[in-house]
Amino acid sequence: MNSESRHSPVEDQPLRPDLQVIAELIRPRSAVLDLGCGDGMLLAHLVSQKQVLGRGIELDEANILTCVRRGLSVRQGNLQEGLADYPDNSFDIVVLSQTLPFLDNPAMILQEMLRVGQRGIVSFPNWGYWRCRLHLLLRGRIPMAPDLPQEWYELPRWQAFTITDFAHFCRQIGLRITKQAYLAGSRRIYVRKYKNLLATTAVFMLDRSNH
Amino acid sequence: MDSTNSVGVVETRYFTFAQNEPFQLESGATLGPVTVAYETYGRLNAERSNAVLILHALSGSQHAAGLHSPTDPKPGWWDSCIGPGKAFDTERFFVICSNVLGSCYGSTGPASIDPSTGKPYGLRFPVVTIGDMVRAQVQLIDYLGIDKLLCVAGGSMGGMQVLEWAAHHPERVRAAIPLATTARHSPMLIAFSEVGRQAIYADPAWNHGDYYDKPQKPDAGLAVARMVGHITYLSEQSMHKKFGRRLNGRERYGYEFQTEFEVENYLKYNGNNFTRRFDANSYLYVTKAMDYFDLSQPSGSLAAAFANSSRLKYLVVSFTSDWLYPSYHAKELVSALTATGADVTYLDIESTWGHDAFLLEVDTMTDLLGSFLERLTREYDIARPEPAAQAQTGSAQATEGSPHETESEVLG
Repeated sequence: MNSESRHSPVEDQPLRPDLQVIAELIRPRSAVLDLGCGDGMLLAHLVSQKQVLGRGIELDEANILTCVRRGLSVRQGNLQEGLADYPDNSFDIVVLSQTLPFLDNPAMILQEMLRVGQRGIVSFPNWGYWRCRLHLLLRGRIPMAPDLPQEWYELPRWQAFTITDFAHFCRQIGLRITKQAYLAGSRRIYVRKYKNLLATTAVFMLDRSNH
Repeated sequence: MDSTNSVGVVETRYFTFAQNEPFQLESGATLGPVTVAYETYGRLNAERSNAVLILHALSGSQHAAGLHSPTDPKPGWWDSCIGPGKAFDTERFFVICSNVLGSCYGSTGPASIDPSTGKPYGLRFPVVTIGDMVRAQVQLIDYLGIDKLLCVAGGSMGGMQVLEWAAHHPERVRAAIPLATTARHSPMLIAFSEVGRQAIYADPAWNHGDYYDKPQKPDAGLAVARMVGHITYLSEQSMHKKFGRRLNGRERYGYEFQTEFEVENYLKYNGNNFTRRFDANSYLYVTKAMDYFDLSQPSGSLAAAFANSSRLKYLVVSFTSDWLYPSYHAKELVSALTATGADVTYLDIESTWGHDAFLLEVDTMTDLLGSFLERLTREYDIARPEPAAQAQTGSAQATEGSPHETESEVLG
């Protein structure tokens, strides 16, 4: 592992704020599967800084090439098809960052995450943020997600939901939120109340409630 | 060819085994002695840990890179990826490529002399399998003193050999790179093989495989077999791009049965060309070996075939327009490997070149292969070989650019 960090090809770019929070939740040397890993920023960081065993799934060819250039193990795949190939409990952590609003079947993917992994970490933009609410109230137009600026008609299509929606949903499908972190813009905020109003992005760690 | 990053002039070497004890084949038959023709590029490091075995396709050969003489017009079949500074960087890796059993470039095959009769084997040559080809390669690797290959790589039938290595000799390989291939030859592939074989059988000059001392060879049959094969290496789209409906050397239709369209001319040219460099009986044997290839047997499951191969690292690549080995074959393979917990990198490269793409998408392949090998080198701490005292591989020689028709020459 020494040689790995010595020759690490990863440039020292700052991580996206929600990825920084996710990285902090992950223990060194864990086995991590990153769903929709993009250009591999998070995995590369985790491999070089925390010596994790990292794997990724990504749809986009250019992103996969970047991941391979970063020395990562990434497989092209569509999350909508599920994770059926992966054995139960083959990872410590399965990450889904800023992807949930784009998935057709979020219950399936969340349950799959917690079949394949001991724990899941999910980050998503919060349409409950006060500016989003005001936007709809005052302008009568659907707000873009705070940290995911994309119009409702652009592809891939998203489904808006809030932190409260997500918490309800987890209870409904039998998932337990064990850790939570909130961001406002690029900063982490520490709030006990009104997080659904104040947070632009939420990061939740999940496990199965029958644990 | 860019002479600055060529391995230069290379020569084929020969290794012979099974001189006393015959080589046991999967069919139950035996063969001996067995010769394997091979080439190597670059140098082994002190730990003998930097060896890469390249595996060729149906009609390929051990001549994967460099030139056979300073005036050789055409470099080896994967020269775009093998050489100093290329994806398989010969400054860092010891690259080996051998001719498969049953072929006709110097390894034992149906055109070789049967020691029991003193005449060419012809159809007396036993049917060999991909497994047999790979076990002959294992003998070669033993002979070269290599305990563990850093990786095995190849496309099409070369990819089948890669998978055979991974499934049945996992302790001898660290990583596997199967490209544009399958773990299980499909009925469509068998059908195309059979059309090729039927074309050869139908040629009276084939004479049940007994033609080596005759003035006439089954060239007509072999050429048709090659034409059919060639079509399967292209895509509808690449044929549009390459030929369109253009006529060859004429302005209008002749309303006669001549070679009129460019695509006809191309097929005819390649079919004829092929008869000058390939043996019809070898075509029968090698296609048969591919048809038998099915790693899901005998267990019935691909994942079971790779159960003991989960420590290998895999780079699996397919191409969107490859209809001979469609991407779903690669996806099935990737699923099976994932189920074993193996470290798998997979990409379905967007390309219009059909099956040929694995040799034509040079930039993407260089990027992908180079990065993957870089990672293997880092993770396994593979040392560079000692600098050569004197350039062993021969100095690079400038040559004329190679003709454009090389692509499909080596595929299948």
